[in-house]
Amino acid sequence: MDSHAINDLKKLLGADAVLYRPEELLLYEYDGSVEIARPNCVVFPRNTKDVVGIVQIANRYQIPIIGRGAGTGLSGGALARQGGILVVFSRMNRILEIDVENQRAVVQPGVVNADLSVAVAHNDLHFAPDPSSQKASTIGGNVSENSGGPHTLAYGVTTNHVHSLEAVLPTGELVRLGSPALDSPGYDLPGLFVGSEGTLALITEITVKLTRLPETVKTLLAIFDTVDDATETVVDITARGITPAACEMLDGWTIRAVEAYVHAGFPVDCAAVLLLEVDGLREAAEQHAEDVADVCRLHHAREVRVARDARERDLLWKGRKNAFGAVGRLSPTYYVQDGVIPRTKLPQTLRRINEIGEKYGFEIGNIFHAGDGNLHPIILFDAREEKQFQRAVASADEIIGFCIEMGGSITGEHGVGMEKDRLMPLLFTEDDMNLMRRVRDGYNPTGLLNPGKIFPSTKGCGEIHVRPGSVAGASRA
Amino acid sequence: MSTAGATVSSRLADIVGPLNVGTDPAQLAAFAIDDKNPSSVVRPQSAAEIVEIVKFARKERLAIVATGARTKLGIGLPPRQYDIALDMTRLERLVSYDPGDLTLSVEAGISLHKLGAILTEHGQFLPLAAPYWDRTTIGGTVASGVDGPLRQLYGTARDYLLGMEFVTGEGVLAKSGGRVVKNVTGYDIHKVMIGALGTLGVITRINFKTFPMLSSSRAFVATFQTLERACGMRNRVSQSHLAPVTMEIFSPGVTNLFASDAARRIAPTSMPENIFSGSRWIFTSGFAGNQNALERYENDLRKMAEECGAVDAAVLQGPQLASAFALKREFIPLALSSSPAVTILKISVLPRQIAEALTAATREAESRHLPWVAIARGVGVIYFAMLPAESGETSKQLTHQAADNILSACAALGGHVTIPWCPTGWKDTLKVWGLPRADFAQMLKLKKAFDPHGLFSPGRFVGGI
Repeated sequence: MDSHAINDLKKLLGADAVLYRPEELLLYEYDGSVEIARPNCVVFPRNTKDVVGIVQIANRYQIPIIGRGAGTGLSGGALARQGGILVVFSRMNRILEIDVENQRAVVQPGVVNADLSVAVAHNDLHFAPDPSSQKASTIGGNVSENSGGPHTLAYGVTTNHVHSLEAVLPTGELVRLGSPALDSPGYDLPGLFVGSEGTLALITEITVKLTRLPETVKTLLAIFDTVDDATETVVDITARGITPAACEMLDGWTIRAVEAYVHAGFPVDCAAVLLLEVDGLREAAEQHAEDVADVCRLHHAREVRVARDARERDLLWKGRKNAFGAVGRLSPTYYVQDGVIPRTKLPQTLRRINEIGEKYGFEIGNIFHAGDGNLHPIILFDAREEKQFQRAVASADEIIGFCIEMGGSITGEHGVGMEKDRLMPLLFTEDDMNLMRRVRDGYNPTGLLNPGKIFPSTKGCGEIHVRPGSVAGASRA
Repeated sequence: MSTAGATVSSRLADIVGPLNVGTDPAQLAAFAIDDKNPSSVVRPQSAAEIVEIVKFARKERLAIVATGARTKLGIGLPPRQYDIALDMTRLERLVSYDPGDLTLSVEAGISLHKLGAILTEHGQFLPLAAPYWDRTTIGGTVASGVDGPLRQLYGTARDYLLGMEFVTGEGVLAKSGGRVVKNVTGYDIHKVMIGALGTLGVITRINFKTFPMLSSSRAFVATFQTLERACGMRNRVSQSHLAPVTMEIFSPGVTNLFASDAARRIAPTSMPENIFSGSRWIFTSGFAGNQNALERYENDLRKMAEECGAVDAAVLQGPQLASAFALKREFIPLALSSSPAVTILKISVLPRQIAEALTAATREAESRHLPWVAIARGVGVIYFAMLPAESGETSKQLTHQAADNILSACAALGGHVTIPWCPTGWKDTLKVWGLPRADFAQMLKLKKAFDPHGLFSPGRFVGGI
């Protein structure tokens, strides 16, 4: 990278806010995915003006720019795929305003997700999107990826909780999109920019919705001797129109990995558990807890435990939210998929994933948002062996192919990034993608912002053969 | 008909068949927008036919407006050009419905009423309780961005729309999103189509999340001497753990509107006299749940109402509840039919600013002796209707002055105002889309990506897009 550009950045931000020596950059070539890409430099803006200045410098020297929060993303969204300036928002981490009465907060993008909920908890409010990474991941990152989490089943994903944005376009323009009051006249630009995976703008300020904490929360652990019983339970709960706040499934293999690490109290001899939560008014939550427990028993749950207090509940959630950490102890590398299927297809999909694991000789664990049909099969492999890596990718592709055959999608909450761009043609035609590219080019005309993401660089996808265009219902007339 | 007109209609007939092209004046008048008739009405039956129509229109530089039940064509500025009315009502198929997954894919021309009947069979519903419920189409409801009382609990279409298929201004059939309840693959393009008044594309298919029908529901109604007290009740509820399904404040004049002949046709059941008469502000909130939850809501709401200084209170259920719901859903058509020159402002402010915004609006109307009614949703969206007794130039001037002042007052609060409904002849002076917006340049970029030749609804949308 041009040393003049580095000097300009240092002049703008100060020497302590610019990293460019190879050993300093090492940390920033990773995120939570299996991808690696090293930036040419890393900068830490302190305010919106800094961000505008960085973008101007990037334009002057024609260097790519990539936004990054905590780097917990699972699809390579915050990696410098083609090198360039990585703009890390960790120093823009102030909560600018909390409006308790109107249930809104204005935050800088580097605010950690859980910190906002902690800051408003004494007002009986919280920020509802709760990705498992919420103790580290930033709201700016959540907005870019439109993050989900266990409780999005009832509360919705990030986009349902964002009112307006301040953003710096790759051209250096500072824009305000939407407004804190509802139904901003004109096109729903926040709706487009949330979840655009950092390819349309660098987000510098976010106005979010704060949600009232529920009066009562009931957390249940249902224990099953077969995976089929657990998945059939989810199908039945959904079909009966019971919407729990969360409905997570862990299979036996994952439970054993978790228990060896967290000791959450999951029984290690079972085939699957469902971690279910119902909340709301005391009267409603109590009834819903009973309804949910009844459905579990109807599908042969060996036992349904109800957390007796906050400590027991926290322990169960600790088991769930630290599961990926637990899995990391078992294998040098693991590959997490994020496919989504209609909830009615859960039983056959889980059976199919098991068969695919056997076919390729991998252990595939499953820990996922069952209530949303959002799967997270975990494939353990050793990336140091090239053949294993290829087999892992092939098995993952086969799982995703099956999800799409079921009428599903390739990613429910992790994003496409640089990991699944080649899978996009399974869901979208060239026409679909060309329109999206035109939208991108409208805001990111030189392509300097986060290049090489979402859209495949080459046409087609060799490994999987699913008819493109099945996503919007075309295959199910 | 001119020779050019005849050529256009014969070319359209090649695409959809001669029986599905209309050119006689009476037919065309039924599709008028702001007194402007199209030169042809086309009734396609598939997305493929729409692709051909758009390609043809592009070549001939003809302007297209997609229509459904034509209940909301008055929204927006008059079209700059209007050649083809694209009647979408033949695209009314249920593409797929998986009740067990609570997901649905439908063509845009299906009516909310017909779709509602299908969903009811499976104990489900779509929370799009939009005005003109008995005939409005799902495509028209989504494209016009109108809301309904259920947004209190369920949000708006953007919160439960999963994906969409549409035809762009280049005549390309494209889609975004999917059919599953959680999905982040590709840009959420379907979100910008909501409320875009058809200026970005012709919506052909929409995928939705459906919802289980509420077990048992009621509505709590209380009257208050002042707007401030009614708003106090709203604030009190929003601070509690109650999660009502609907929450509105009606201005005193609303009871007269709800007693009209038009209202009786919508809602034949009579309402409790002590509540729905007189000159008080009405707070109303629907709630649902099991018996214990219903009792809890009722007790809590009664107690809160008492503390907030309510004059009277009642709980509606059964036919009264259904009637009250239908009336507030149909507030806009009822208001529009109540005077010869109705102007309805849609005011958006933060929830705690409802009282201030409404006070400013009523002051502006009353100081000009303009009769008015209003309904405020608890989320901060107010419909404020001014109802002059006659439609002459004086009424136009007075309404214009009042509207401009209300716009400024709400802008000062950080909110915004549009004027979705007003007489056509008043659109030259009224600020239909409110004050100029800072993000307008970013909207133009979107328009250019979708409809570079400006075929769709030209001139009707924000900033004359």
